[in-house]
Amino acid sequence: MITIDNLTKIFETPNGPVTAADHIQMEVPEGEICVLLGPSGCGKTTTLKMINRIIPSTSGRVLIGGEDTTGMNTVDLRRNIGYVIQQIGLFPNMTIEENIAIVPKLLGWDAAKYKARAKELLEMVALDPSVFLKRYPKELSGGQQQRVGVARALAADPPVMLMDEPFGAIDPINREVIQDEFLKMQQELKKTIMFVSHDIDEAVKMADRIAIFRDGKLVQYDTPDDLLAHPKDKFVENFVGDDRALKRLRLAKVSQVMESPGSYVTERDNLSTALHRMEEHGYYHAIPLVNAQRQPIGYVSKGVAKTTGGTCGEHYFGLKAIAHVNDDLRKIASLMFTHDQTWLPCVDDNGVLVGYISQRGITHYLGATYHRDGGVAPLEPMLQQA
Amino acid sequence: METLDFLTSNMELILKLTLEHISLVSVAVGLATLTGVPIGIAITQNEKLAKAVLYIASIIITIPSIALFGLMIPLLSTFGHGIGYLPAVIAVLLYSQLPIIRNTYTAINNVNPSLREAARGIGMSPRQRLRMVEIPLSIPVIMAGVRTAVVMNIGVMAIAAYIGAGGLGVLISRGISQSDPRQLVAGAIAVSILAIVTDYALLWLQKRLTPKGLTTA
Repeated sequence: MITIDNLTKIFETPNGPVTAADHIQMEVPEGEICVLLGPSGCGKTTTLKMINRIIPSTSGRVLIGGEDTTGMNTVDLRRNIGYVIQQIGLFPNMTIEENIAIVPKLLGWDAAKYKARAKELLEMVALDPSVFLKRYPKELSGGQQQRVGVARALAADPPVMLMDEPFGAIDPINREVIQDEFLKMQQELKKTIMFVSHDIDEAVKMADRIAIFRDGKLVQYDTPDDLLAHPKDKFVENFVGDDRALKRLRLAKVSQVMESPGSYVTERDNLSTALHRMEEHGYYHAIPLVNAQRQPIGYVSKGVAKTTGGTCGEHYFGLKAIAHVNDDLRKIASLMFTHDQTWLPCVDDNGVLVGYISQRGITHYLGATYHRDGGVAPLEPMLQQA
Repeated sequence: METLDFLTSNMELILKLTLEHISLVSVAVGLATLTGVPIGIAITQNEKLAKAVLYIASIIITIPSIALFGLMIPLLSTFGHGIGYLPAVIAVLLYSQLPIIRNTYTAINNVNPSLREAARGIGMSPRQRLRMVEIPLSIPVIMAGVRTAVVMNIGVMAIAAYIGAGGLGVLISRGISQSDPRQLVAGAIAVSILAIVTDYALLWLQKRLTPKGLTTA
């Protein structure tokens, strides 16, 4: 846990004092990623760097795991905090192994132990130790270097990590990959992480909590979903963007919105049965058709069922898209628009039908949180008309 | 042809003088490295001090060598070393300060700030930063300063023969005083060759000392 208590930084400049961080008060719970977000010069980086005292604070305290760091020796403090910076900062005179092992070495681990640790970490960040251990930073791409940067920060297994726009200098494709891998690692490692970013999409993706900064002040500190649903003021609203409803889609999984258990028909069922089930369950347009393993293979439309006789097997349409329970809603919305569908069947890991997801359901999900305090215009009626 | 004859028939003398020359320059530049590198590192902590030190070193290097030798005679005579080995070494030591201090200062100052921040951020003490990061990264530039000092002072040391320090300058001064072009040319050639060979030797050493990660493509 990181607790920031009244942390303030005033820089003395030739044009008078400038308050870079103004009585910042916040807490990052154990095992969570907190993204500090804001335009340049808003104080987010200053706040981050006061935690490991790269920038000394003017006043206020930082507590790590409940312990006040004010009196701690700076060198000891930093060795217990992982630090990743945008410029990566691998030491070019050291091999990858030496770079990763540097903190354990400073802490006095014996050689066998820190070498094993370097190897283990390199594997963790998806780089082959037999290829990379003895290489020099210069021989690696930017993305590979930052993986090593992350490995180096994790080397002594610090409970807390500070990351200053760590993926900012990496090309967009690799950035996505590294972000995903990092989140996967974090699921196991459960570090308490402070992460500076200026990219709202990155923040929404990475954060358990987002802290929005402006002019040295902490404006809003909330979960990504709350922040997007209820921006506190005009500034936050502008910062998160006009498409904040779409950004929220990324935060929810199909399983949260899926309606189940869904009804379905098999190839042997009559169309009249299909019609009956649609009416019974209130399906407006269609009903999924499944095979013997209960995997969806198509759907029967209400129009066909009403006007035609015979079995479902003779008159079904093939599926254009299927939702997986772990997909995020952004992907589902995209699939729906691409294939002009108002609903998709949802499957589990075995491809078995477990429910369905509809545009109405998504709208309802977004609307439910918007309505909570009534402060923001609801989105629901608009989508329903469309 | 006469010069060649002189060279071949006086090989032993030339070799002895060359070794003398090498010993003078290496002692002087060696001591200068031991003083100049720490001074160059120390002044990175204070910009004003750095300016003052570099300014003084620049002034020293503008003093003509023959004048510097002359100046030291009364000073060192008080210890009975007005001429000979000691003033020669001191003069070259002083001349070597500028290239060595300046290159060290520039190299350490030019270490990428993000490397310095990374080093601080992972918890290196200032001393560890110097030893593990800043100095290793500065070695090519520091070594270039040492090379400049050595090559420059192989020339300066030739003049030290006039205050009885020995070395290849002996051939040159004798050549002038005895109007003997053979000795004069032989001395000049020997000094030049020595300078060139030493420069290459030090370049090789510089490459050996440069951390591998800085050179591999």
